[in-house]
Amino acid sequence: MAINPMEQFEVKPLIPIHVGGYDISFTNQALWMVLVVISLSLFLTLAVSKGRIVPTRAQSLAELSYEFVGGMIDMTAGPKGLKYFPLIFTIFMFVLFCNGFGLLPIAFTVTSQIAITFALTMLVILTVIVTGFFRHGLGFFKLFVPNAPLAIKIFLVPLEIISFCARPMSLSMRLFANMLAGHTMLKVMAGFVIALGTAGGAYTFLAAAPEALIVGLTALEFLVAFLQAYVFAILSCIYLSEALHLHDNH
Amino acid sequence: MDVVAAKQIGAGLATIAFVGSGIGIGVVFGNYISGALRNPGAASSQFTNLYIGYALCELQGLFGLLIALILLFT
Repeated sequence: MAINPMEQFEVKPLIPIHVGGYDISFTNQALWMVLVVISLSLFLTLAVSKGRIVPTRAQSLAELSYEFVGGMIDMTAGPKGLKYFPLIFTIFMFVLFCNGFGLLPIAFTVTSQIAITFALTMLVILTVIVTGFFRHGLGFFKLFVPNAPLAIKIFLVPLEIISFCARPMSLSMRLFANMLAGHTMLKVMAGFVIALGTAGGAYTFLAAAPEALIVGLTALEFLVAFLQAYVFAILSCIYLSEALHLHDNH
Repeated sequence: MDVVAAKQIGAGLATIAFVGSGIGIGVVFGNYISGALRNPGAASSQFTNLYIGYALCELQGLFGLLIALILLFT
């Protein structure tokens, strides 16, 4: 029995739509993104709609995530960065919910598509570039010139430029590859369970071992799901902070 | 050698990148814990740096995975 662990990442059109030679079908990916956005909006609006002084569990969860992101921006980008709170908060919650929804057994993991993560990354990088030029004008290019003796500067400037250009790729790659690797690993383990379970005889009992491993790995995946959302948001904050402050400490 | 076979071997070799990634993550977390045990008061303030270091180390391994995927699926 051949089980393809990569099959779960296939984008299948649910409602085929073709406009002027372009395929803009409503896919399973779009469906899960819509579900994520709807549940996220419902959660954040309903949880704080009453605004109780003694918060309910849902309200304290919403407040906790709000304060968490607020504290994160304040720590990395300083008070000036709080202007970008809506962007970072939206990205953090969207990535967190996409990763979390992806762990449901039948779900499609939206963030395992590089198109999605790269689009999110471009949003951040374009904001960084526009902010940098808006605040500093052409002085934004000073970002590539670190404080160092001239002899070292000659080597550091190309490195800084390469590092800046590699950021969109590294930021999107990290999220995409983590989700891809994690979910592939879970499906490979599930394949072991099926192969052992259908082998018959004493092998059937051995199937419990990979099964137990899946339980542990799923718990690990929940940690990774949160951690990657956190890392994505905090690196966005750091890039924004560099555009806001260049090299001077805030 | 057959091109498909060479691609499969190359994809396997590309996963060696995770050796470096593993060592790096071990160094990051190990040093964080030894630092945190010496000075527990300063531990929580370095939490952000810990995860940035972790993310940067992990990325190097993931580039290997990317190369393996490119070799296998293109």
